[in-house]
Amino acid sequence: MQQHRISIWFFIGILLGIYGILILGAGINEMLHPSEYSVKMAYLHAGIWWGALLIILGLIYLIKFAPRKTE
Amino acid sequence: MLFLATAVASVPSKLLSLRAVDFAIIVLYFLLVLTIGWYLKRFTKTGEDFFMAGREMTAWIAGLSFLAANLGALELMGWAASAYQYGILATHWYWIGAIPAMLFLGIVMMPFYYICKTHSVPGYLQKRYGDSTRLLSGICFALMTIFMSGVNMYSMAIVMKVVLGWDIHFSIWVSSITVAIYVALGGLLSAIFNEVLQFMLIWLGALLIPIIGLIEAGGWSGMVARIQHNFPGGDYTHLWRTMGDFTANPMGIHWTGIVFGLGLVVSPGYWMTDFLVVQRVLAAKDLRSAKMAPIIGAAFKMMVPLIVILPGLLGLALLDVKLVGETEAVAKGLHSYNEVLPLMLARYCGPGLMGLGITALIAGFMSGMAGNVSAFATVWTYDIYKPLFRKSAADSHYVKMGRWCAILGVLASIGTAYTVMHFGSIMDYVQALFSFFIAPLLGTVLLGMFWKRTSAAGGFWGLLAGTVSSIGMWAWVTADPSALRYIALSEHAKAMAENMYRGLWSFIVCVLVTLVVSLYTKPKSESELVGLVRGCTDIPSERDIPLIKRPIFWAAAVAIVFVVLNIIFW
Repeated sequence: MQQHRISIWFFIGILLGIYGILILGAGINEMLHPSEYSVKMAYLHAGIWWGALLIILGLIYLIKFAPRKTE
Repeated sequence: MLFLATAVASVPSKLLSLRAVDFAIIVLYFLLVLTIGWYLKRFTKTGEDFFMAGREMTAWIAGLSFLAANLGALELMGWAASAYQYGILATHWYWIGAIPAMLFLGIVMMPFYYICKTHSVPGYLQKRYGDSTRLLSGICFALMTIFMSGVNMYSMAIVMKVVLGWDIHFSIWVSSITVAIYVALGGLLSAIFNEVLQFMLIWLGALLIPIIGLIEAGGWSGMVARIQHNFPGGDYTHLWRTMGDFTANPMGIHWTGIVFGLGLVVSPGYWMTDFLVVQRVLAAKDLRSAKMAPIIGAAFKMMVPLIVILPGLLGLALLDVKLVGETEAVAKGLHSYNEVLPLMLARYCGPGLMGLGITALIAGFMSGMAGNVSAFATVWTYDIYKPLFRKSAADSHYVKMGRWCAILGVLASIGTAYTVMHFGSIMDYVQALFSFFIAPLLGTVLLGMFWKRTSAAGGFWGLLAGTVSSIGMWAWVTADPSALRYIALSEHAKAMAENMYRGLWSFIVCVLVTLVVSLYTKPKSESELVGLVRGCTDIPSERDIPLIKRPIFWAAAVAIVFVVLNIIFW
C-alpha cells in the first residue's frame, strides 16, 4: 500500500509555530524586564510582533497542510 | 573567502552573544532537519526516488529549492559585505547576473532537459555527445561539488568562530554529520524538503534587518541622504550610472563586463548548466512545473537584494563604526566589511530573534552543503561509477551507492575543509576551478541543444579547449599580472572583472572550436537527436492552457519587473 507523504509545508508550520511562541515569549519578557544592553529601536518590540507573525504563519501552514486535509 | 580565515585571528572576541532561547531555536532546527530525513527515508526506495526525488515535486517546491541551493550563508554575508564596499553595484549579481539566465532556462532549455529524462547535466551530454564528454564533465562536476562543499563547510565554521566564538571543529563536524545523515537517508527528496525549510528560515531570519533599518534611517531617501553624508562624493545607490568607465566605480568594471561577461556567459553558465541547481528542476512532476520552477526562482531571486544588499547599504548609512578591508581590520583591530551582516543582526535582534538570525545563517550553509552532496551522489553514481565500474546492476545497488556517496562525499568535504584550514590559498584555486569549467560548458550545452550539426567530436573538443584556455588565461595573469590588460581589457580591472572576461573568452573559444570541429566531423542523424535538440523535438503545446497558467506569461511578468527595477535604480 502506498504511503501518503506529509507536506513539507506542514513541517514548516510546526517549526514556525514553535519559533513564534519562543520569540514572542522572549519579546514579552524583554518588554517587561528590559536588559541593560538593549538593541537599537528596542521600543518597536520587534520580538513581539515578529513572534506573533511567525505563530500566524505557522498556524496557517499547519491547518492548510495538515495530513488529514491533504489525503 | 580567505578573508574569513584571517578574520579569526583578527577578532579578539565574539561579535554576538546567545541566550538560552536562541540556543533552543538552533537546536530545534537541527532536530527538525534530522526528523525530516528520517521520515523521508521510507519514500526513497528506488533510484528515481533517491536521486530525482521521484520526479514529483511541484513547481513551487522545485523553484524554491532551485533558489535555496544557491542561497548559502556565505552568499548572504559575502554580498552584504560587497554592498557595504561597492554599494548597490553588487545587485548586478542578483538581477542581470541571474534573472535573464533563469528565465531562459525555464522557457527555452527546460523542455530538452526534461523531455530527454536525463538524471543530470553530464547525463544530457552523454545522450547528446557520447561517453567521453559525459566523463569529462562528470569528473569536473564531482571534483567541484566536493571542493565547494568543503570550502562552504570551512567558511561556516569560520563564521561561527568569528560571530559566536564557537570551536571550528565543533561547527564542521556537527553541521556536516547532520547533512550527511539527512541526505543519506532521504536523498534528493530530503535535500529538497530541507532546502524549502531553509529558504523560509533565511527569509524570516534576515528580513527583520531591512525593515527595522529602513524605519531607523527614515526610509529609502533617508538612507541615501545618510550615506551621502557619511561618504561624500561616492555613488552607492545607482546601478548603471558609474559603469561607463573602469575607474568611475569601486569595482573597476565596465558595463560591457557586466552585460557580456556576467549577463551573457558567467551567469547563464551557472544557472543553465550547473547540475547543483538544475537537478532541483529536473525533479519537477511535469514539464509545466519544470518550466515554472526557474521562473518562480527568478521572482524570488529578484527580491533577495532586500535581505542581502539593503542590509549592506543600511550599514553604510547607520553603523557608528566605519568598516574597512580585511587586511586593515587585521592590522588595526577594526571591524571588516564582512562583519556588516552580523553587526546589523546584533544592532536590532534581541533574544529569540538573534537565534532566528543565526539559524538562518546555519540553514544557508547547510542548504549549500546538502545541494553539493546530493549532486555529487547523483553524478558519481550515474555518470562515473555506472559507466566505468558497474554498467548493469540492480536499481537497489545504485541507491545503496548513492547513500554511501552522501556519507563519503561529506567526509571528502571535511577533508577539503581541513586542507583549506592549513593551506588557505587553496580557496582561491577552488574558486578558479569553478570558473574554468562552467563558462565553456555553457557553449557545449547551448550548441548541442540548438544546432543539429554539432557533432560528438565537436562537443568534446570544444569543451576541452574552452576549459584549457580558461586555465591558460588564469595561469598567464597569475604569472604575469600585466597580462590583465589583455584578458580584462584594462589594467585597472579587479578580480571580479577578470573572472567575467575570462569566462567570456573561454566561452568564445569553446564555441569556435566546437563549430570548426563539427563542420569537419560527422554529426548524429536526426533520429538520434529526438528529445535532445531544437528542431528534432516535439515540445508539447500550451495553447489549451489558460494564459494565466502559462510559464511564458509569468516569465514575461518577471522580465517586466526586472526591467522596471533596473530603470528605477539606474
